[in-house]
Amino acid sequence: MMQPGLYHILFISAALFFIGVFGFFTRRNLITMLMSVELILNSVNLNFIAFNKYLWADKLDGLFFTIFVIAIAAAEAAIAIAIIINLSRNFQSIDVEKTDEMKF
Amino acid sequence: MSGADILFYMLAAMILGSGILSVTTRHIFRAAIFLLFSLIGVAGMYFWMQYEFIAAVQIVVYVGGITVLIIFSIFLTQQAGEKLPEQKMGRQLFAALAAFCGFAFIMLQILRHSFIGTTKTTAEPSVVNIGNQMLGVEQGGYALPFEVVSILLLAALIGCIVIAVRNKTQTT
Amino acid sequence: MPNPTYIILILLLPLASFLLMGLFGRSYIKNASGLISTAMLFVATCLAFYVAYGYFFEYGNVNGVYQKLIPFKYTWLEFSKGVSIDMGILLDPITAMMLVVVTLISLMVHIYSLGYMKGEERFATYYSFLGLFTFSMLGLVIASNIFQIYIFWELVGVSSFLLIGYYFEKPSAVAACKKAFIVTRFADLGFLIGILILSFYAGTLDFNTLIQRLTSPESMEFKTAVASSFLGISALTWGMVLVFVGGAGKSAMFPLHIWLPDAMEGPTPVSALIHAATMVVAGVFLVARLFPVFALSTPDALHIVAYVGATSALIAAIIACTQTDIKRVLAFSTMSQIGFMMFALGVSKYGGEEGLGYTASMFHLFTHALFKALLFLGAGAVIHFVHSNDMNDMGGLRKHLPITHATFLIACLAISGVPPFAGFFSKEEILLAAFQHNPTIYWIALLTSGLTAFYMFRLYFSIFWNKEYHPHGEHHGEGGFAMMMPLVLLAVGAAAAGFIPFGKFVSSDGKALISEFHLQFSIAPVALGLVGILTALLLYKKQNSKPDTIASSLNALYKAAYHKFYIDELYLFITKKILFNLVGRPAAWFDKNVVDGMVNATGNSTQTISEKIKGFQSGKVQEYAIYFLAGATALAVCGIYLWK
Repeated sequence: MMQPGLYHILFISAALFFIGVFGFFTRRNLITMLMSVELILNSVNLNFIAFNKYLWADKLDGLFFTIFVIAIAAAEAAIAIAIIINLSRNFQSIDVEKTDEMKF
Repeated sequence: MSGADILFYMLAAMILGSGILSVTTRHIFRAAIFLLFSLIGVAGMYFWMQYEFIAAVQIVVYVGGITVLIIFSIFLTQQAGEKLPEQKMGRQLFAALAAFCGFAFIMLQILRHSFIGTTKTTAEPSVVNIGNQMLGVEQGGYALPFEVVSILLLAALIGCIVIAVRNKTQTT
Repeated sequence: MPNPTYIILILLLPLASFLLMGLFGRSYIKNASGLISTAMLFVATCLAFYVAYGYFFEYGNVNGVYQKLIPFKYTWLEFSKGVSIDMGILLDPITAMMLVVVTLISLMVHIYSLGYMKGEERFATYYSFLGLFTFSMLGLVIASNIFQIYIFWELVGVSSFLLIGYYFEKPSAVAACKKAFIVTRFADLGFLIGILILSFYAGTLDFNTLIQRLTSPESMEFKTAVASSFLGISALTWGMVLVFVGGAGKSAMFPLHIWLPDAMEGPTPVSALIHAATMVVAGVFLVARLFPVFALSTPDALHIVAYVGATSALIAAIIACTQTDIKRVLAFSTMSQIGFMMFALGVSKYGGEEGLGYTASMFHLFTHALFKALLFLGAGAVIHFVHSNDMNDMGGLRKHLPITHATFLIACLAISGVPPFAGFFSKEEILLAAFQHNPTIYWIALLTSGLTAFYMFRLYFSIFWNKEYHPHGEHHGEGGFAMMMPLVLLAVGAAAAGFIPFGKFVSSDGKALISEFHLQFSIAPVALGLVGILTALLLYKKQNSKPDTIASSLNALYKAAYHKFYIDELYLFITKKILFNLVGRPAAWFDKNVVDGMVNATGNSTQTISEKIKGFQSGKVQEYAIYFLAGATALAVCGIYLWK
């Protein structure tokens, strides 16, 4: 095996991203879908940090983007969970297949 | 193979393994726990890259905050022991295929591209540097995005309260 | 040089009045709105007098010639070098005169309306419309640019439309305002084309430059404009004729006059302001403004002006003899008098003694504004008293309305050309100008002036003498101070305005024109006028059957005149039978089947397709996410492989 470097981390990040995408498509429960979204966000963060470390080590911009993504992800999770709880009260379910009132 | 390399592969295995388990297990509580491990793995990866501050933030916000939030919401919305409903087979196959193709496509692009790193002096990702730049108002300072994000967080806070309150008045 | 601020202020005050009354009048200053408007207009009138005084007596006259001054000019829209729409002020004798006329008559009407329109539901709206009209008319007279005049020309049309349709609950008023708008708009189309032709050949829209270029035979513009022709008539003549068509529409010249009688549906003070004294003379003003071009470059167009004017004068006078609605009599009389002004311009030549017609026309415009406004306001007072427009409902009103009676008599004498009232002087000049240049028109004019005296006194005797008036219902007085003051003031003007040495101030070339008074020449028209008055006296002073006998003996002619020579019917026939059937129907068919068909087909196919694809909107978040990912991937592939 090689010395782990940028390509390895990019591999992990891409794999994590598509694990998240897979989860987002296959899960029917809103909370697990939210988890998938968290995975996707994490893969992006990993990407930012890796690029910052290996390609633009003279700057810290990737790091700041990561910080902001984390902050926004926290806000997003809070809102999403508020919505989910609201949904479960109104529909007695958080299954996305059952909450399809917004169709044509 | 040095110790650092071994550590890297272990972290990678932890991230991907618990990530896959997190999206495939049919027990929602276990899914949350696997997510927790995956996130810890990412935090470990930041440590491995010597970005200690980000690793700390990752643990505090994701592991300590979001995962706990998710677990709470699981308790609030359903029975913890219940198994999740099975997704249609066709959808699963399609999703797996899509994910794999996308992954292959991305990897192809990554491998075909030769990244060239900078040769300038390394900026130390220390808390002092991060703090100075985060609140700096000169060229390259992040004071303005910082303020914007703080307003966003405030809005999210109010939004959550509004959603919750409206719900209560509706149900009564 | 004059101070442009004052002139701009004259314009802005009525505009401010319009905005103020239009925006706040109905809710905040309902009852005070009339007084506020009147006060603003009073200031504007004072300023107009000040400007006119300054122009005529201080700075306007340089070495015996009245200059065309441009105290203010702002380039508003520049098409190309030299061709631009400016907002400017052109100050020359006719502008100064018109400023005074418009503001004065408008002020009188404002004051009069305080009494006449009292208690109206939409009192403030009425005043705001009056303000808009006054603003537009003033803008029209000061315009330094032919396109600027067109803009204000249309604004005048709009405000006239609004004021005619003021009583919009009445279907006849609605029909009248539509008719006025459509007919004048139709004429304005000619005006617009004329403007385009003139500006195309002259390469400018500015009046002074345009006149200068199109009147000097050696200029390039003049040569090309004369050289290029259409149907054997030079482009320049076409342009001038089309401009005249616009003027004829506004001034109700035959055969575009059909809107004017119907326009009497508006409130009577409005008729006095717009359809007697100011707006309808806009056409005369326009011809006068472009008079050098007419006279020096296109005498053919000027002949058309002359004959159209004379025809209108005669026809309107004949029709006026048969009408029984007093406002319509006055409307046809207006048309006839404007015909006088038109042919006076038409027979005139440019410069010196030959330009007598020009001076006479402007003089008549001035005096006519005074006595015709007076007649209308007097008629308004009568209508206010009797609550009817019909002559047959009146009679013997002289005891009930003494002031109205006296002032109306003065106005009738003035319009009939009895010395020493104002109309005499201006009409004598017109007749003299016609006599010198065109005998045919002179005889028409002489006949018309006799008829004028007859129909005016027919009106006068029918209203104030004839049978006894038996007041029925509630009896109220003559109308308050607000209504009587303008009548008296205008009567003074109508009596005395003739003594103004008008030729000294207004002439075709700016040099003073001393008009001589020929006693032996005046005998014929005055005598004819007196004959007309006496005939009217005999026929209408006492109630008798003679008028009916005469009417029935002239059966066909009387009937034709009573029906206004069936011109309205002719228009209806042309529009309804010919235009609607030959053009309207096929166009409607095309619209319904082809245009609508295409639109419907678009709609139907959209509906069919959307019915098929609405399944995409399943409401399931994950499916949306899949579409989203597919789109993003497609974009990425395109970006990576196709971008290069």
